[in-house]
Amino acid sequence: MSAPLIKWFTVSALLIGLYGLYLGLFVAPTDYQQGESYRIIFIHVPAAWMSLFIYMVMAISSGIGIIWQIRLADMVAAASAPIGASFTFIALVTGALWGKPMWGAYWVWDARLTSELILLFLYFGYMALQSAIEDQRSADKASGLLAIVGVVNIPIIHYSVEWWNTLHQGATVAKFDKPSMHIDMLIPLLLMAVAFKLFYAAVVLVRTRNEALYRDRNRRWVRELIEKL
Amino acid sequence: MLKAYYHLLIRDLRLALRNRHELANPLIFFVLVVTLFPLAVTPTPDALEAMAPGVIWVSALLAVLLSLDRLFKQDYDDGSLDQLMLSPNPLMILVLSKVTAHWLLTGLPLVIIAPLLGLFMSLPMEAVSVLIYSLLLGTPVLSLVGAIGVSLTVAVNRGGVLLSLIILPLYIPILIFGANAVDVASDGLPVTGQLLFLGAVLALAVSLAPLATSVALRITASR
Amino acid sequence: MLEIQTLECVRDDRLLFSELSFSVAEAEVLQIEGPNGSGKTSLLRIICGLRLPEAGQVMWQGEPISSNREDYYANMVYIGHLPCIKADLTVLENVRSLLDTRSLTLSNVVIEAALAKVGLASYEDVPGKALSSGQRRRILLAFIELAQARLWILDEPLTALDVQGVALMESMILEHRQAGGSVVFTTHHGMQLDCDMRSVQLGSIKHQQQEN
Repeated sequence: MSAPLIKWFTVSALLIGLYGLYLGLFVAPTDYQQGESYRIIFIHVPAAWMSLFIYMVMAISSGIGIIWQIRLADMVAAASAPIGASFTFIALVTGALWGKPMWGAYWVWDARLTSELILLFLYFGYMALQSAIEDQRSADKASGLLAIVGVVNIPIIHYSVEWWNTLHQGATVAKFDKPSMHIDMLIPLLLMAVAFKLFYAAVVLVRTRNEALYRDRNRRWVRELIEKL
Repeated sequence: MLKAYYHLLIRDLRLALRNRHELANPLIFFVLVVTLFPLAVTPTPDALEAMAPGVIWVSALLAVLLSLDRLFKQDYDDGSLDQLMLSPNPLMILVLSKVTAHWLLTGLPLVIIAPLLGLFMSLPMEAVSVLIYSLLLGTPVLSLVGAIGVSLTVAVNRGGVLLSLIILPLYIPILIFGANAVDVASDGLPVTGQLLFLGAVLALAVSLAPLATSVALRITASR
Repeated sequence: MLEIQTLECVRDDRLLFSELSFSVAEAEVLQIEGPNGSGKTSLLRIICGLRLPEAGQVMWQGEPISSNREDYYANMVYIGHLPCIKADLTVLENVRSLLDTRSLTLSNVVIEAALAKVGLASYEDVPGKALSSGQRRRILLAFIELAQARLWILDEPLTALDVQGVALMESMILEHRQAGGSVVFTTHHGMQLDCDMRSVQLGSIKHQQQEN
């Protein structure tokens, strides 16, 4: 039902991603301060963007699911959570790897990394609640509500963590504050962001389809589909 | 509507007062956890003072977390929650009433006993008064936000750990600003900003959390 | 008065019923019948608005209950499997707190009269924990008697009741009907009601599903 879309998203994500990586790793100039190690931002930054973006998608589609009782919206939210958690995890790991040469330690209580860590906890809470409730419909609604509460809280959490950080760290290395990023760095970064979004679109479609098939496994349309195979 | 708020509040308080031994438990837990830190780290006054705000706030957070169960568990188990949801009164009002009772029974006692813990942790006097203000503004938020979590997990078997998992991340801003206010006050600096932030979060929580809780309760009831 | 329109209910991946429609008029008694697990409790909870149906809706006085909640709940009372009784409150306080949810403040005389009717005279100050399960159910009978509701929704109201208790429930239903009230109930015990009664049968769909 969504196979052509999935194919299209996968192929374009792959192509754009490869091109972005090529530009990022080989074409973009070496940073005069950080040397080659900065190149991890081509993974780190888009992953961090995705982690927030997917949480928003979850909250919005949960809201649609709760208000208009649309099952598909609930399924999209449920299917997105593990992907979002993975991106958050990738952002954390790449952030830590990048931190080693920059700060000399894998983990520093930097505001963005800390926010990202809390976001990971929010994802874990969502998934734990989703799997703890037996009844599928209530599980969707309950975890959906949690996602919405989380989204309301994210700005507050973000603000308080920023504030906490400036207070305790004094002068942190402002690693993203590059208003005049070189165009050769910006293009691969944006390409990678687009590639990640397309990748997410493809994966979420696959996962939603699986979810729909699994949930309706006792319904007639799924059984007929299986018999045809 | 006010009558409904008041009646339910009285009922909850009366129920709690007939189980006085349970009432003291979160309070004892609070004091006990704080006592662990001088034993585990060091009892020198300087070190204690440095970690006091964080230790007291984290302990208060955990004490509230452990007592959250009381909000809806019993009513869920004996079916009273269904009757509350079938009330012609807005569910939000009833939720607010139950949260008020919860705060009066756990949050307020924590605030009252906090000066004693300040003493334990050799906090200066001015910091103790800020500790009281910050707890006074912060603990209602803990009850309000906690209510959302409990109403989502009350029907889950062994929902205790799950509850902490979903609620603790949401408590982080309160923890940061509450502990920091006390920390800054012990250095003799002004703390209006932190207290204003706590007040703003309280206002936000009072207006949104009862709504979210009543939606959550309806979700829980419909399984 | 109450209208059920093309309800569908799924529970744990199982279709319990679908395309279920019926209505309840004033002074009508309706029994929901069906074997265990056929969705009787789910149906009653959907009728109360505690559970959302997969499809269809419940109408009260011609309006969906979700948009008419206040009026519906002021006129409807539900008792389910659970006793709703607090062990630490006395019988009188228990009845009062149940009535408080409906914003009813009644005098002690009225409440005591209702308690006497359900066989709990002189039990007013006994705490809930000292009661037998049959006596707890009787408190609920006093509650529905006092609830001033036109529609009673009773899920297994005879649970734990003795012979006199069953007779009492039956006479209460008849009285309620005479006063123009309606009752929707389920029971596995024989209820001998000396009046016209309709019934709705659940459980036929489930068998089709299992053949599948």
